[in-house]
Amino acid sequence: MAATSENERKTLNIKSKREGSGTVGAPKNIVYNTKDLNLWYGEGHALKNINLEIYENEVTAIIGPSGCGKSTYIKTLNRMVEMVPTVRISGEILYRNRNILDKNFKVEDLRTRVGMVFQKPNPFPKSIYENIAYGPKIHGIRSKKVLDEIVEKSLRGAAIWDEVKDRLNQNAYGLSGGQQQRLCIARCLAIEPDVILMDEPTSALDPISTLKVEELVQELKNDFSIIIVTHNMQQAARISDKTAFFLNGEVVEYEDTDIIFSNPSDKRTEDYITGRFG
Amino acid sequence: MKGVFILAKAVAEEKNKLNVRKMIEEKKNSASLGNFTEKFIPGTLFAIAAISVLTTIGIVVTLLSETIMFFREVPFLDFFTGTKLKPLGEDAVFGVLPLLTGTIISSAIAMLVAIPIGVMTAVFLSEYASEKLRRTVKPLLEILAGIPTIVYGFFAFTFVTPLLRSIIPGLEPTNILSPGIVMGIMIIPMVASLSEDAMSAVPNSMREGALALGATKLEVAWKVVVPAAISGIIASFVLGISRAIGETMIVTIASGSSKNFTFDITQSMQTMTAYIVEVTGGEAAAGTTLYYSLYAVAMTLFVFTLIMNLVAQYISRKFREEY
Amino acid sequence: MKYVDAQQVQKKMASRLLANNVAKGLFLLATLFGLVVLVILIYRVVAQSIGWLDADFLMNKLSTAPERAGIMGAIMGTLWLMLVVAPVTMILGVGTAIYLEEYAKKGKLQSFIQTNISNLAGVPSVVFGILGLTVFVRALDLGSVVLAGGLTMALLVLPVVVVASQEAIRAVPQFLREASYGMGATKWQTIKNVVLPASIPGILTGVILALSRAIGETAPLVVIGIPALLIPLPEGILDRFTILPVQIYYWTIDSALVAEYANLAAATIVVLLIVLFLMNSIAIIIRNKFQKRY
Repeated sequence: MAATSENERKTLNIKSKREGSGTVGAPKNIVYNTKDLNLWYGEGHALKNINLEIYENEVTAIIGPSGCGKSTYIKTLNRMVEMVPTVRISGEILYRNRNILDKNFKVEDLRTRVGMVFQKPNPFPKSIYENIAYGPKIHGIRSKKVLDEIVEKSLRGAAIWDEVKDRLNQNAYGLSGGQQQRLCIARCLAIEPDVILMDEPTSALDPISTLKVEELVQELKNDFSIIIVTHNMQQAARISDKTAFFLNGEVVEYEDTDIIFSNPSDKRTEDYITGRFG
Repeated sequence: MKGVFILAKAVAEEKNKLNVRKMIEEKKNSASLGNFTEKFIPGTLFAIAAISVLTTIGIVVTLLSETIMFFREVPFLDFFTGTKLKPLGEDAVFGVLPLLTGTIISSAIAMLVAIPIGVMTAVFLSEYASEKLRRTVKPLLEILAGIPTIVYGFFAFTFVTPLLRSIIPGLEPTNILSPGIVMGIMIIPMVASLSEDAMSAVPNSMREGALALGATKLEVAWKVVVPAAISGIIASFVLGISRAIGETMIVTIASGSSKNFTFDITQSMQTMTAYIVEVTGGEAAAGTTLYYSLYAVAMTLFVFTLIMNLVAQYISRKFREEY
Repeated sequence: MKYVDAQQVQKKMASRLLANNVAKGLFLLATLFGLVVLVILIYRVVAQSIGWLDADFLMNKLSTAPERAGIMGAIMGTLWLMLVVAPVTMILGVGTAIYLEEYAKKGKLQSFIQTNISNLAGVPSVVFGILGLTVFVRALDLGSVVLAGGLTMALLVLPVVVVASQEAIRAVPQFLREASYGMGATKWQTIKNVVLPASIPGILTGVILALSRAIGETAPLVVIGIPALLIPLPEGILDRFTILPVQIYYWTIDSALVAEYANLAAATIVVLLIVLFLMNSIAIIIRNKFQKRY
């Protein structure tokens, strides 16, 4: 079944499949609720009527072929997409029940709660320490003692502490690509976000570094909600709880990852995951 | 109901997390200074950026207002058609033609030197020289371009003029020829470097096409590269002319201050720029016709160079669209 | 019948190749011409300065007597002038560049300011002198002091700093800005903490080049009225002053009267060229040291 169906949306957004099927335990909280999202780059209609509910402390994977809008979607979740000057957006994205597309919503507040890891590792040309301390510092934390603590905690959290603890004052560009990406994840953790968005975080990495990042994602989901864009279906299958399949700017199917990979309900999803296109 | 529950849970979780999140929230509430800066900065930066516009306005307004005063005392036509310039004394006459000829002749001499040598240098660097040679020669030419004009003035006056006088017997100690040549030398790097940029931008495929047909490098340069880069090359000429028209110290030092209306390049002539230096150096009292003439001449100079610069921009903008 | 006569082509080939070689020689000569002039110029100036350029010349005040004349005043004046030009042009230049690159919306206003700056770069320096004379010296009634000269010079070299800073800011990769915004940084925080630190080498290079242009400029300062014979040393930005190129100017035109003045001018030129050489070397070192870090 497609999460975009008109009926389901009308019966108020919180009814997840879990509840319906009578899973034991408290219902999962919704972090992001996207309603009728449309996005244009100039004349190009990049996202069409997106309706998605993303849950707390889960890993949500977004898959689909290049140009399907998956990167655009994730960048809309922290409004990074607005850096493209020609962009136009309609609809609602509720983050913790507040519409982030509202003009009065301060985008800096949003991005403080919602961290992002990018396709290409993008550490600052500063020391490892300064990279991690950057976020806390811009948010007004100045105490050296507190910063030291945050740096260590974040680097440990990103499983890179042991590799860099002896060279915190060296330039981050001395690290390998995989280390840089984990450093960027650590940088994200330093401001203790609620959600972490990951935009194809392993696409520039070698297989071993990829594995490390994947393991890290599994660990992080205990404390954070993670939304990860990937073009690697095995990766989505390995690490995610839920998967959304995007095609031509639309959500074709959104389901538990197990179901989507074993028993997709849409023919196009099946074609994609069995490698018939994309 | 459900919303409240979610909110409550979020708050509870907030408490469990380590201090950082809370610290950030606290700081945020007290960070009104940051908000103030954020609102204040764009306006400040805009004001700073506006200063460059104000400078232009300042130049135009200054020149224009005093020039209007000048034309109240000296008829417009008399100024632009007058061949006699005698700014001092009872019977002062203000005709700008002597200064215009001085400016045009010195610039023409300069371009006669700078254009052929500059273009040949550009062709050599772009078409013949090895990468290594080019990398050595270009910085050296940049040094030539970076030498202050006062040094060229000294060079023209103490070296080039005596040298020319030993060849051309009738040459006066101050003359327009020597500063013209030295200005040309000063402009060579500009023409060479801008033309070379234009030639280097010509795609190699065009060269290869001609070379494959058995053309020599000269033929490729002359029949393929130069025509393809012609607008960039011409833009470099126009910028060179603008530079020559506005150049001050070389002509002030080496061409003297004769205000005769003449076309004899062995004689002293005054350019518009040199006139400005002479009149301001004499501390002309504000309000006199002499004082206003300074602005009329400066305005003429400003308009000349502005037109040249706009033409150069127009040409090179067209050129950029070609590839 | 054949369209191409092989023999004819062969015959022509020789002359075509000859033309090519002659032209190559000619082009090489043209290239060497500029370099030869450079060598002659430097040789002449250095030769004329020998015997005149010594410690006394650097330390002495100005004098009409060639043997006693020194350029301490011009050196101090140049330093004071730079003390005004450097901060003013840096603040205005970098501020303008940040506005144009980071804040201004792509559109009419932005391209108007941009065009204005490139036109300003083409205005003859003597016209800036008139602006300085009219606005700073007379309207603001500062007189021909360091501050008036410095502000005039700062406006003159402003386009150099703006363009260099714009290039430096544009060279900062977008992904660094994204990283900063992604952490919840505001625009100004991002500029201050990420963009400016990454572009500072390029900006500094531009500022140094602008200052070296200012150090060598003569016309605007002659126009705002620097006396030919100024003996007291300037002690602040509201003092009257002279600078190296202006001193060269007066000594050169007066060398027709007193031959030794030519030697004094040459000695001053050597000092000026050494200063310029050092400044440019620093600019190149900065550029090379900080190039390509990503």
